[in-house]
Amino acid sequence: MSRRVILTAYLVFLMLPIYWLINMSFKDNTEITNTMSLFPLHPTLKNYGEIFTNVTWYRGFQFSLTYVVLNTLISLAVALPAAYAFSRYRFLGDKHLFFWLLTNRMAPPAVFALPFFNLYSAVGLFDTSWAVALAHCIFNVPLAVWILEGFMSGVPREIDETAYLDGYSFPRFFVRIFIPLIANGIGVAAFFCFMFSWVELLFSRTLTNNQSISSIMTRTVSAAGIDWGLLAAAGVLTLIPGALVIWFVRDYIAKGFALGRV
Amino acid sequence: MEKPLNNRAWFLVMPVALIVAFNAILPLMTVVNYSVQDTFGNNQFFWNGTGWFKDLLDPNAELGGRFLAALGRNVSFSLIILSIEVPLGILVSLCMPKKGPGVAACLVIMALPLLVPWNVVGTIWQIFARTDIGLLGWTVSHLGINYNYTNEFFSAWFTIILMDVWHWTSLIALLCYAGLKSSPDAFYQAARIDGASRWSVFRAIELPKLNRVLLIGVLLRFMDSFMIYTEPFVVTGGGPGNSTTGVSIDLVKIALGQFDLGKAAAMSIVYNLIILSTCWVFYTVMTNVDAPDRPRDAKDGAL
Amino acid sequence: MARLELRDLSHSYKPNPVEPADWALKPMTMIWEDGGAYALLGPSGCGKTSLLNILSGLVIPSRGKVLFDDVDVTTLPTEQRNIAQVFQFPVIYDTMTVEQNLAFPLRNRGVEPAKIDARVKEVAAMLELTGDLKRKASGLTADMKQKISLGRGLVREDVRAVLFDEPLTVIDPHLKWQLRAELKRVHRQSKTTMVYVTHDQTEALTFADKVVVMYDGDVVQVGTPQQLFEEPAHTFVGHFIGSPGMNVLPASVAGGVAHIKGNEILLGRSYQPIDSAKRVEIGVRPEFLRLGSGTEGLPVTVKRVEDTGRQKIIRAELDGLPIAALAHEDETVPASGVRLIADPARVHVYADGQLVRA
Repeated sequence: MSRRVILTAYLVFLMLPIYWLINMSFKDNTEITNTMSLFPLHPTLKNYGEIFTNVTWYRGFQFSLTYVVLNTLISLAVALPAAYAFSRYRFLGDKHLFFWLLTNRMAPPAVFALPFFNLYSAVGLFDTSWAVALAHCIFNVPLAVWILEGFMSGVPREIDETAYLDGYSFPRFFVRIFIPLIANGIGVAAFFCFMFSWVELLFSRTLTNNQSISSIMTRTVSAAGIDWGLLAAAGVLTLIPGALVIWFVRDYIAKGFALGRV
Repeated sequence: MEKPLNNRAWFLVMPVALIVAFNAILPLMTVVNYSVQDTFGNNQFFWNGTGWFKDLLDPNAELGGRFLAALGRNVSFSLIILSIEVPLGILVSLCMPKKGPGVAACLVIMALPLLVPWNVVGTIWQIFARTDIGLLGWTVSHLGINYNYTNEFFSAWFTIILMDVWHWTSLIALLCYAGLKSSPDAFYQAARIDGASRWSVFRAIELPKLNRVLLIGVLLRFMDSFMIYTEPFVVTGGGPGNSTTGVSIDLVKIALGQFDLGKAAAMSIVYNLIILSTCWVFYTVMTNVDAPDRPRDAKDGAL
Repeated sequence: MARLELRDLSHSYKPNPVEPADWALKPMTMIWEDGGAYALLGPSGCGKTSLLNILSGLVIPSRGKVLFDDVDVTTLPTEQRNIAQVFQFPVIYDTMTVEQNLAFPLRNRGVEPAKIDARVKEVAAMLELTGDLKRKASGLTADMKQKISLGRGLVREDVRAVLFDEPLTVIDPHLKWQLRAELKRVHRQSKTTMVYVTHDQTEALTFADKVVVMYDGDVVQVGTPQQLFEEPAHTFVGHFIGSPGMNVLPASVAGGVAHIKGNEILLGRSYQPIDSAKRVEIGVRPEFLRLGSGTEGLPVTVKRVEDTGRQKIIRAELDGLPIAALAHEDETVPASGVRLIADPARVHVYADGQLVRA
């Protein structure tokens, strides 16, 4: 019984701030600043209307989703073969390489902000979604390798050997047999790549001229007088991709966490 | 069974190594280069040797004092949130249902804060904690407590800690939940048969299962809280004064705000080294925890 | 140690069972004597695990009662029933030593340390674990882990019964035999009531004094291994026990003679006429069919002869019906003109699967 109480209290604690944001997004600024109410007294869609009609906001979403998807695809594409190598073979410097990769997951983004600005300006990618997608690889690729390696180690090596004996070439075996076996793992890795790329602000702001949705939001904040309703509505909209992703992968989350590799 | 030695595996690792190296090595070289130089602007650099590093580690120098203070605040922040999030996360995971329709709902609600963009986390709490329009701030100040996170030290810390707990406790809880789920029902049944109390069940069955995931959870939370930037930046902007300025916020201020490249670079290197050494300690402990597990798993698998 | 009794027990996992198929366990009444070694034998899904869970208190039956020594324990939770259970997969406390594992149930019950120590030593000796007491339990092999699980049950003097849920599933084949023999020895030494759930007939027949055969939620026969072999109460028992299983052939029975596809077969007993609505079959084990010649016996076509080394299994057909027989290793099986002669005393008659008594 006390379990229920604790759990409910915790879930309410999680939901309250989000609820408050949603609540505010349906109020206009006069109501926000003048009255304190648990639900909108004069519900309005004005804030959302403004976002959907303003091309900056719309482009922001599009831009952010583009680099997030790009990043997820790149990360998975390069991490799959590498994770296979780590899970199946020993090779010169493997442990050091693995540790070096992990250190990049752990390195503070603030350290890289300025050099990334220089680097991506120098290669002419500044202000493109590719710059952000590639920059996010620094933490997502190591993460994807780590997660996938865990799943791959769970697949018995006999399966590889049997496939080679049956005359499968490595690429064919990898695509036809191995990838379907670790589909769960790929789902989990994709989820985390998506998540970390989506929630990141520093790189996406440093490497673009305020194109990503996150930086558009911060810009609105600092604009003369804060438009609370608009800010709340934009915030609510940024929750949606995350919520959708969670809903689709809810069965995988537990499995992914079960490996303890996040 | 030992993994076979095969150096051609490098071909498989190459893309990863290249893409990470592109992101890591060139920028790090730039940083190292800047860290030993000074500039008067206009891209005019001159050699400064280890001058910045001496300044940085000297508590009496302007830069050093600032850096060490930020470092101290960061360490305190990490320790405080760990001491709240870890026990709370374990507690929540123990309270979660093991099966039924409640599981999916719990997982979704709990994962939600993890998928909120970090600046939106800041925005949510910035709004939620305001005394004029936020539910939390309004309630607290109507209880007669002097609460204002923009100009009062304690309120500011309380807010960013509460925000971090809100944001990340679920990660610990989900990790622990997964660890707990990996013990089959038979273990709980056996413990009931053996007459174990709730506490004995936790000690004998649940805690051992949590060891590994907790280590990972603590590592991740320590690292991420140690380099936290966005959330406090949005909520308090590092203030009031410098009271919530961690190393990352300070670093970005120096690098992108003041364009003090030398100072920022030296700071980056020291900051990074601290994180790497901590990470290395965790990594070593972790591989040691794993090591005795491996042969046992192999044996169980063969049976 | 106790006498276990199930009285008018039945169970359904559905809240409102209507059809017979809704019942996981059909009504049964059964007594398990104190100190006996019983096996619950049946294929997957026959309800044997449900029955075990009802005994251990993890499941409360929909109807009927469970009595331990005439005390109603139907609704008592597991921890108050004083039973022990050995699970399919070894359940041990990884972080503890073998000794701490064995002491765990006693320590939880607040037994004084000196007594715990003595009991643990005694049980360890019985299970031949004395040398390993100080070792970490996590590093042990699966068979030793299973012995520890058993030990945690035996260490409690008040334990009323030990339940085994397919305990040999994860044990190496060559150790299975050894562990089974050890279980048998421990049973004789400890005189604890033991109930052993398995789908493996060899395990059941070698471990138990009495075997309870279950099929589709029903107990179809309770008997000694010999009874199950010689007089299966149900065609399922005939099929399930023995290798190859009993031959079951559709027939018509009149008095002391049965007719199968026009062939006559002698029965050792004389039967009353059987309700014509029922499906009548005769059953005879391959062991009780011998090769004959001339015009006596059933004319069959031999399809295949399998040589197992000790004996030959003849797979044949009687006018399209498969039939198996055993022949001695030295016997030669002619390619054609084979006849099989049944021992009349060993031929049983079944109506709708149930044994018909003469």
